[in-house]
Amino acid sequence: MIAPFVFSEHQIQLRQVSKNFGERRVLDEVNLTIPEGQFVAIVGRSGCGKSTLLRLIAGLEEASEGFIGLQFSDAQESRSHLRLMFQEARLLPWKGVLDNVLLGFRGLNVARYALEEVGLWDRRDEWPSRLSGGQKQRVALARALVHRPQLLLLDEPLGALDALTRLEMQQLIERLWQEHRFTVLLVTHDVSEAVALADRILVVEDGRIGLDLPVELPRPRQRTSSAVAELEDRVLRRIMDDQHPYAPESPQEVATPLPIYRIAV
Amino acid sequence: MKQQARPNQAWLSLRQLSRWGLPWLVPILLLAVWQISASFGWLSARVLPAPTAVVAAGWELFMSGELGQHLWASFERAAIGFVIGGSLGLILGFVTGLSRLGAQLLDSSLQMIRNVPHLALIPLVILWFGIDETAKIFLVALGTLFPIYLNTYHGIRNVDAGLIEMARSYGLKGVALFWHVLLPGALPSILVGVRFALGFTWLTLIVAETIAATDGIGYLAMDAREFLRTDVVLLAILLYALLGKAADLGARLLKRLWLQWHPAYQKETWK
Repeated sequence: MIAPFVFSEHQIQLRQVSKNFGERRVLDEVNLTIPEGQFVAIVGRSGCGKSTLLRLIAGLEEASEGFIGLQFSDAQESRSHLRLMFQEARLLPWKGVLDNVLLGFRGLNVARYALEEVGLWDRRDEWPSRLSGGQKQRVALARALVHRPQLLLLDEPLGALDALTRLEMQQLIERLWQEHRFTVLLVTHDVSEAVALADRILVVEDGRIGLDLPVELPRPRQRTSSAVAELEDRVLRRIMDDQHPYAPESPQEVATPLPIYRIAV
Repeated sequence: MKQQARPNQAWLSLRQLSRWGLPWLVPILLLAVWQISASFGWLSARVLPAPTAVVAAGWELFMSGELGQHLWASFERAAIGFVIGGSLGLILGFVTGLSRLGAQLLDSSLQMIRNVPHLALIPLVILWFGIDETAKIFLVALGTLFPIYLNTYHGIRNVDAGLIEMARSYGLKGVALFWHVLLPGALPSILVGVRFALGFTWLTLIVAETIAATDGIGYLAMDAREFLRTDVVLLAILLYALLGKAADLGARLLKRLWLQWHPAYQKETWK
């Protein structure tokens, strides 16, 4: 693959980044580097700090300690190379679909291309309130894409969608990522989504990155393949067991007779 | 197919008739009873002249040009007062809604003044401005200022914070943020304020014109009272009702025009 831009390998760099909300420490000395073009999924229990990590990188929040560096092809206006998608589409309800895509952007042809890519050009004059949840998210995706971002930050954008629409959106995001080769940071609570899409999975637990797992499976990934299932199982186990991260699975524990538990309760 | 369509159409027209006609049934009945009572002399013309007499009085005044003159005088006061009070309310609402400092500085003072019934100021206003136009316009402006101020302030404060965050992350700030996000987001609330303010406009005008005026609908009514012309008094009351209704319709028209995007107005029919 030929990189379209020439710059340092690391697009995102976090050094000893911490974030406190009042007394509570949400992120604790996180170190992280993400190279350009990588698709990174961030998973973890709710409240583990994964969304905060994303919001820090997006510049929506300030880090309490540490250093966050973002590098883009040109140094100016670096935040404009970064686009966000939220769990809600956050379309302006008083603007039509096309005008929403054109928010803070001039260029009808680019907007048209982006809307065609997400398959909604023929709904361009519709009010957002007339669209389904999946369609709204597709408009939000088009709105992010017209800016040709080098870094796309996705904060559980598919969390509120039904299962089928979610699969469709995952495929769309994967296709667009392969086409445009931006860096993606996807925060999700859906481990199968992370395994299906990401090059790398970060498990955040108690404000730290507990597991940094490369996913070297060929694309397109078969959700039913044993390699995918195995990986999914591993990540899930890690998240569920994060109170005892290094406790080995013991078959005896499973075989413990039930009455003992009954007494314990 | 044709045979089927016919009863269906008849049923539809009956339904339409009941939908549009039914709300008018009671007023028409009342009017009929009134007219009959008046024509048979059961009601004295001093108390309640017949509807036909009211219409006749209206026609007479219209032909002499007096009606137009009074209507215009009232409309002018209402419009000028509304524009002045409305603009001030809007500007103050923007200031307090957009800046925390502005809210801290002005909001509690405005809330205190708001609690004074503005009609209680009439003696003071007459002392300040005499009984000429300024006094009436001042009162109307005062009456319209607060509903618009309050609703603008709350409208801006209640714009979805997620949308503002999104717009900022897309590089919108200052005037662009206001124009594309804050103002349209506050508009439904502002229009509610406009509707309330229009109601206050007429209320204030009625009181102001009956106290001190040489023209306008209120003056028409007071003048008629002096000459025991109950028909003209009734006509004046009717005119106020019609003007109030017209203003309300205007506000609803603005809503339909500006809030097309709002799910609540996409299915609204004229009631």
